[in-house]
Amino acid sequence: MRDWPIKRKLTAILLLISGLVLLLTSAAFVTYEVVTFRQAIRSQLATRSRILAANSTAALAFANEADATEILGALKYDPHMVAAALYDRNGRVLATYPVTASADLVPPAPQPDGYRFEGGRLVGFTPVAQGENQRLGTLYIASDTKAVSDALQLSGVIAIVVLAIAMLAAYALAAKLQGRISEPILALAETATAASTRQDYSLRAPKFGEDELGALTDSFNQMLGRIEEQKRELQQHATRLEQRVAERTKELERRALELQAANSELDAFAYSVSHDLRAPLRSIDGFSQVLLEDYGAGLDEAARDSLQRVRAASQRMATLIDDLLKLARVTRTEMRTERVDLSGIARELVLDIQRTTPDRQVEFAIAPGLEAQGDSRLLRVVLDNLLRNGWKYTGKQPQPRVEFTAMDENGGRVFVIKDNGAGFDMKYADKLFGVFQRLHSTAEFEGTGVGLATVRRIINRHGGRIWAEGIVDQGATFYFTL
Amino acid sequence: MNPGKILLVEDNPDDVTLTMRALKSHNITNDVVVAQDGVQALDYLFGAQGRSPSADLPAVVLLDLKLPKVNGMEVLQRIRADERTKLLPVVILTSSDEERDIIDGYSLGANSYVRKPVDFVEFTKAAQQLGLYWLLMNRAPPSPRGP
Repeated sequence: MRDWPIKRKLTAILLLISGLVLLLTSAAFVTYEVVTFRQAIRSQLATRSRILAANSTAALAFANEADATEILGALKYDPHMVAAALYDRNGRVLATYPVTASADLVPPAPQPDGYRFEGGRLVGFTPVAQGENQRLGTLYIASDTKAVSDALQLSGVIAIVVLAIAMLAAYALAAKLQGRISEPILALAETATAASTRQDYSLRAPKFGEDELGALTDSFNQMLGRIEEQKRELQQHATRLEQRVAERTKELERRALELQAANSELDAFAYSVSHDLRAPLRSIDGFSQVLLEDYGAGLDEAARDSLQRVRAASQRMATLIDDLLKLARVTRTEMRTERVDLSGIARELVLDIQRTTPDRQVEFAIAPGLEAQGDSRLLRVVLDNLLRNGWKYTGKQPQPRVEFTAMDENGGRVFVIKDNGAGFDMKYADKLFGVFQRLHSTAEFEGTGVGLATVRRIINRHGGRIWAEGIVDQGATFYFTL
Repeated sequence: MNPGKILLVEDNPDDVTLTMRALKSHNITNDVVVAQDGVQALDYLFGAQGRSPSADLPAVVLLDLKLPKVNGMEVLQRIRADERTKLLPVVILTSSDEERDIIDGYSLGANSYVRKPVDFVEFTKAAQQLGLYWLLMNRAPPSPRGP
């Protein structure tokens, strides 16, 4: 019943209630009928018994059996009469009806006076008396109860017919009236389903009245209205957002184009620098050398020294240009990310350093198995700069040593390159990675001040971080993540 | 054996002077023909309009990349595209060490790529080695004109 449609539920409930009420009413009606009827036939029997008893006084007084039998014989006109008997003063049977009544029809001796239903019959014992108090005997009459059962049957049939008609009427009415309740609910349900499946929030449920269902329908419609409004607002927001995204995208595209233009300009600039700035330097150096070669003999020491300085300066400027180009290239080159064997690269670089500078003995300690994800060419530049720095700044150390190791910190890998060289004052730590920033003079240590700037740019391009710690004359330690 | 000429394609007169000096100081006595831009180089090799080209091809072309009018890469392209000059030894001698130029140069069929050092002593060494190698050690391709 739980899953029945609401229409059927309502009809069933109405039928159940009216059926129960009708059943109880019918039962009461039948019971009343039967009880009343039984009372009626009992008093009828009592009346008849008293009449018969009055007529029997003479027969009993004279113990006239023939008269008594005749009197009782009149009972044959009532088909319900089963048996009758007259007892004398001493309780002996004087006469019976029917004449040859068997013992089970007529009790052998009179029983207390009165009328009662007994064994499917109505029996009565009536005193037969002369005057007020001279008792002559007892009259016994037994009647069948067929009349009662007939009455019961009749009232039962009436009850069933009434019940059937009433139930039919109740069904018809219930089927018609349940609509008052089920229709608004069904309409509401239909609207809700349509709204949710089609996402059409402009729908409204029809209203059938001002009762609670009407209030429910109103609330539901208001809710739909709010959803519709919110949906519209949401759409407006979405449209605005899309517009803004489109605007931003356009802006970004424009910026990207600008950046591209700037990049290609930078490319052209770098190319021009590489080619054009070096040509005059070559002339300066070349013709200084020509002077030295062709006229060196005629020049004094100071003049030759000056020419040597001109040459040294032009060569230094060439180195600066080359380093700057390298720095620019680090920013421009496309990154190809792969697994990089840092230990392997470091060992190759160390071999190269040792081969090109056999006059210096620097101890390099490279931890094995250091790996990272990144661009191998750019990471080679990083390691080259840091290892060469270590090599360079340990130049005044009697037992120079450079280490390349790694440690785990906060779940990330930190690579460490440590030397025991000249170190630096932590006050200037922030200047370390700036372009052309140097913490030592060129006379102390060679350099252009571009190397660490290049390193930092590469580390940044890898999304990593680089920092350094140093103590003057005790060494420097560079840390980087990738 | 008659070592061939050197065709020096170079627009910078200083560089021309210095290159000539470097070559001469190492007793490379071959004739050096100088072309001051790409057009002159091409005219020398393929002949200017209405004129026939020089009779003999040089033993080697020392080619700068950044040239007025027609740049070095275009000159190289023209040399490699022509049946008569496609085997001609070409050495790119330039200031640039841009990776792009190196790759482009070799891709177009340069035989060698040398970056001019700023240090004149180094430059002289490079010129000497170039001259020795390409004029004396290297066996030039047979002349396409035949006997």
